[in-house]
Amino acid sequence: MEEKSYKTADLWSGLALAGLGVYIVVEAWQWEYLGPEGPGPGFFPLWYGIAMVGVSGALVVSSALRKLDAGCVGIEWRKAGRAFAVWVALVVTVASFKLLGFVASFALLTFFIVAVMYRRPVRIAATVAGAGAVAFYLLFPLALGVSLPVGVLGF
Amino acid sequence: MEILSGLMQGFAVALEPVNLFWCFAGVLLGTVVGILPGLGPPATIAMLLPLTFQMNPASAMIMLAGIYYGAKYGGSTTSILMNVPGESASVVTCLDGYQMARKGRAGPALGIAAIASFIAGTVGVLGLMLVAPPLAKFALSFSSPEYFALMSLGLAMVVLLAGRSMAKALLAALVGLWIATMGTDLFSSTSRFAFGRMELLSGIDFVVVAIGVFALGEVLSNMEEREEAKPLPVPKGLRILLPTLQDMKDCRFAFANGSIVGFLVGVLPGAGSTIASFLSYGIEKAVSRRRDQFGNGVVEGVAAPEGANNSETGGALVPLLTLGIPGSGTTAILLAALVLWGFKPGPLFIPEHPALFWGLVASMYIGNVMLLVLNLPLVPLFAQVLRLPVYVLYPLILGVSIVGVYTVSGSMFDLALLIVFGLLGYLMRKLDYPSAPLILGLVLGAGMERALRQSLMMSEGSLSILVSRPISAVLLSLAVLILLIPLFSTVNAWRLQAVAQDDA
Repeated sequence: MEEKSYKTADLWSGLALAGLGVYIVVEAWQWEYLGPEGPGPGFFPLWYGIAMVGVSGALVVSSALRKLDAGCVGIEWRKAGRAFAVWVALVVTVASFKLLGFVASFALLTFFIVAVMYRRPVRIAATVAGAGAVAFYLLFPLALGVSLPVGVLGF
Repeated sequence: MEILSGLMQGFAVALEPVNLFWCFAGVLLGTVVGILPGLGPPATIAMLLPLTFQMNPASAMIMLAGIYYGAKYGGSTTSILMNVPGESASVVTCLDGYQMARKGRAGPALGIAAIASFIAGTVGVLGLMLVAPPLAKFALSFSSPEYFALMSLGLAMVVLLAGRSMAKALLAALVGLWIATMGTDLFSSTSRFAFGRMELLSGIDFVVVAIGVFALGEVLSNMEEREEAKPLPVPKGLRILLPTLQDMKDCRFAFANGSIVGFLVGVLPGAGSTIASFLSYGIEKAVSRRRDQFGNGVVEGVAAPEGANNSETGGALVPLLTLGIPGSGTTAILLAALVLWGFKPGPLFIPEHPALFWGLVASMYIGNVMLLVLNLPLVPLFAQVLRLPVYVLYPLILGVSIVGVYTVSGSMFDLALLIVFGLLGYLMRKLDYPSAPLILGLVLGAGMERALRQSLMMSEGSLSILVSRPISAVLLSLAVLILLIPLFSTVNAWRLQAVAQDDA
């Protein structure tokens, strides 16, 4: 069953990359291939686009023909939910930089990871989030003069 | 004899207390800059350049060069501890360095990185001292076809960076090439793969992709496990935090490989330390008896690229000082500094300014010793980072990654790209696509296309130019040989299987 998930993943990722290859070839086709001064902007992308279609086609065919091997470890998609949750939290964090600034947004992200993802007590999560945000503020904008996204609160 | 007297004169300059101070200040600042992702040596040297106008040129050059090679020492630290490459050349160090850290060997990884940097850095300075003028002339014989062949050889290393599937490694490299060609084509000003976004017209910064794929991808991947809320293992005691004699023995070839490859690649303007580190890693893996363990925490996998990265510095100064040709962003700023101070780097630079040249060479010997003394005692301190609980460490890595990308461009769009590449890195891990070939394709893509198009312009469209020139032909043959390695392995496996069946 797990090996089957790898086989399916190879098939779908191969198809997706073949689609990307086709897109690259179609785009490159619209640019000049060879001009009076030599190769144009479409020359290089056309060739690696064709290569991408060819190699991804080979991956799709090989995954379709591959026999299932019981000894092989497959992909565990059930655990991926946690990773996607953190990824969404990152998206929200970066989106909130303009409003809250780096320091407050980073503190909220840290709080979410510690309290929700690792189920630590709220007191610990708040301490880690506060200390981390303050440490970043002291090191980068104050000590090193590195500018970070600033929100409506001014930090 | 001439070299010896020059070196003596150089040590007289470099050992002056004021120059020793500036050398130390440079290497210390360089180490800090190397550790901080995003804040690279070119930006630091550019920021400090106005301050050097009041300084003696020898002292200023010693300090700026110290930042340059010091940053390369520091770059390995975050690669090993957090899987965050401090600068582009440290990407390869992530492959085995971070795996060593995960196995409780962060100390030996940091130690071997410092030792390899010291050895190769010293060899690089020796090369700069002994063979600068003749090598500079050789480098001038490199034209576009030779550069294309060199890049092809670099890209052929994808074979050695591949995991279980060669097709997946090739696809990752092709995606890297695609990302490298995004933006405005410099030959025709055509916008390619910009999706109508102004921000993409200047292309995608390497740092954004590398940090996204390596650091964010790794954190997201580790986040899958809720129960693993315990710190990564760090043994107690200085002795086991440093490399063992066996580690040093295992790295003998890696030291030599990194030193030679790094210096030779450094001499070629435009090749750069990232290519040097990838090439030396590929060579190390190709000749190793335990090549199947590369990528799982092999000490040679840290020593070879770190050595190459540091030896490249000595090599890069050869065309800068003897021909006045900068090969990278950092050496371009060093060239600007020399011109601003009233010097003219070129064939007459060494005879006309022996004190400056030999003073710089001698200071680099001293600087390398300072860096070793500075870095080895700090290994146990740096390794303590891994004692942090993962719920503290992972937000820290995410924060450092965001700051690293934001300091490069100050662009919110780049932060959005960082998150996209983080997801890409996670999915690549999940679907068993290797990340290193993607980075290799990205690093080599733009240069490769430029060299190929210039070559075809030189030959009026004939591909024969790539094989009719001796250096180019040799390099391309090597690339083809490397690409055929998996085929030989497969044929050999079939042969052994057939022999075993015959015996049975």
